[in-house]
Amino acid sequence: MALEVAGLIAGYGPVTVLRGVDFRAEPGRITCLMGRNGVGKSTFLKCLMGLVPATEGTIRLDGTALEGLPAHEVPRHGLAYVPQGRRLFGPLTVAENLAIGGLVQGNDRATLAHVLTLFPRLGERLSQVAQTLSGGEQQMLSIARALCLKPKVLLLDEPTEGLQPSMVSLIQDAIRTLTGQGVAVVLVEQRVDAVLRLADSVAFMVAGRVEETRDVKGLAADDPVFRNYVGV
Amino acid sequence: MAFGPFLLLALMEGLVTSATLALAAAGLSLVFGVMRVVNVAHGEFYMLGAVLAWAVAALVPGPPALAFLAALVVAPLLVGALAAAADGLILKRLNYDPEATIVATIGLLYMIQQATLSLYGPNANPVQAPFDWRIQLPWFGYSGYKLFVILAAGLVLLALWAFMTRTKAGLIMRATQVDRTTARAFGINVDRVYMGTFALGAGLAALAGVLIVPIQQAHYLMGGDPLLLSFIVVIIGGLGSLRGTLIAALVIGLSDGVISMFFTPTLAKILATLLVAMVLVFRPHGLFGAKA
Ligand SMILES: Nc1ncnc2c1ncn2[C@@H]1O[C@H](COP(=O)(O)OP(=O)(O)OP(=O)(O)O)[C@@H](O)[C@H]1O
Ligand SMILES: [Mg+2]
Repeated sequence: MALEVAGLIAGYGPVTVLRGVDFRAEPGRITCLMGRNGVGKSTFLKCLMGLVPATEGTIRLDGTALEGLPAHEVPRHGLAYVPQGRRLFGPLTVAENLAIGGLVQGNDRATLAHVLTLFPRLGERLSQVAQTLSGGEQQMLSIARALCLKPKVLLLDEPTEGLQPSMVSLIQDAIRTLTGQGVAVVLVEQRVDAVLRLADSVAFMVAGRVEETRDVKGLAADDPVFRNYVGV
Repeated sequence: MAFGPFLLLALMEGLVTSATLALAAAGLSLVFGVMRVVNVAHGEFYMLGAVLAWAVAALVPGPPALAFLAALVVAPLLVGALAAAADGLILKRLNYDPEATIVATIGLLYMIQQATLSLYGPNANPVQAPFDWRIQLPWFGYSGYKLFVILAAGLVLLALWAFMTRTKAGLIMRATQVDRTTARAFGINVDRVYMGTFALGAGLAALAGVLIVPIQQAHYLMGGDPLLLSFIVVIIGGLGSLRGTLIAALVIGLSDGVISMFFTPTLAKILATLLVAMVLVFRPHGLFGAKA
């Protein structure tokens, strides 16, 4: 179930943000996407989800063309999305948020039960209104909601932004378990240490293009690529 | 008649107003809540419900109760279908832009009104109530049909509440209301949700129109008052809040009944308008509305 993107061009109205992205994500592997603020990382994920239309280029999931599909068809092919800033359905309960996540697969009980073993704290709060959860719990819910879809490809946009270290490692552990189940994970992440700990490979984005892709094995925190592309 | 019974009568009349008003306002509130569309043509769906009830009553032979029952089902369905078409042909093409849809629904209002005038004519026509028994209270007799209106509206609103909170479709509508972009990312076809919501909102107004027509007669200009009152209710109750809509409909309907009976209907409207002004100044999101 490889996700293969070639020559993707997209933007907002007259503004072009993605200028020919080539990208690949493999099942069971975590591919990180790094780049400075505003290079188009979030736009790339939105474009994969069909939320920002691609004007050119192809998105293939195991050969099936996803580009040009209406946004609501994309998750039916197994793509799940954890947006930057969580975007929970705030006035809805935890259980209802999870039910929205499971819509396309018919909300089967086994999937929900499995997701709740990954995030037991959510199981204790099923009837709590999402916007009253703590920041960390909200982030767990955003990920859990996506997992209820039983995704083949999981897109995560800075899921540990602004969280305390214990919460960060809890979420990282959950992400790692997914790869064991054959999910292809695409992770937008700004922190070098997190990338080195989690990722199998890392793609560096500059001005709407993937400039370079590196295997994480053998990459050190002081490698010049990080300074070049991320500025740390 | 002594003061007590007189007040009771006023309250009962007020409850009838509350009942139909709550139905119409719930539709308006739902459409605004989910779609962010201020539907200025909402009163015309109410009027169409009444006019179609008259047409169905004229077409269906047999006892009036049967014809009325048919109207109760057919009119909201037809009006809902018309609304779904208006959604697809007009609102969707405007991308549901809040300002453009206000102008568009003003246009829709005149189109429906003029079409009704051409096809139905300028006359007001009565529709026979499905039954005409009266409840005899110690102080006065009261129309059994009016009590039926209160009961029917109550049941429909209860069903609406259960639909919104207990069914998958209701969940999808609430999620779309919160964040339509994220809803799409989870497989929700927002265009379909909007079409269904607009049809449901219009159907509720039409149902109110059917229920009122044995009391009020069907006329092509009858949509103005319910539109205004629905807006008042929705502003007081908080846009998009079903609970607030119900409470506000009760307040407006009951006070309208009491003030109209003891003073004048005009005073009732003036006070309702004043109440709206106060709410807008002191609680701009309504008494029960969430912050936008
Ligand atoms: N809805 C929008 N309309 C217009 N321009 C937008 C919109 N969203 C993003 N942009 C622009 O597109 C560019 C890329 O934004 P994007 O959010 O994809 O960046 P990013 O790489 O995710 O940045 P960050 O690291 O800050 O999250 C930016 O210049 C941004 O201003
Ligand atoms: Mg971003």
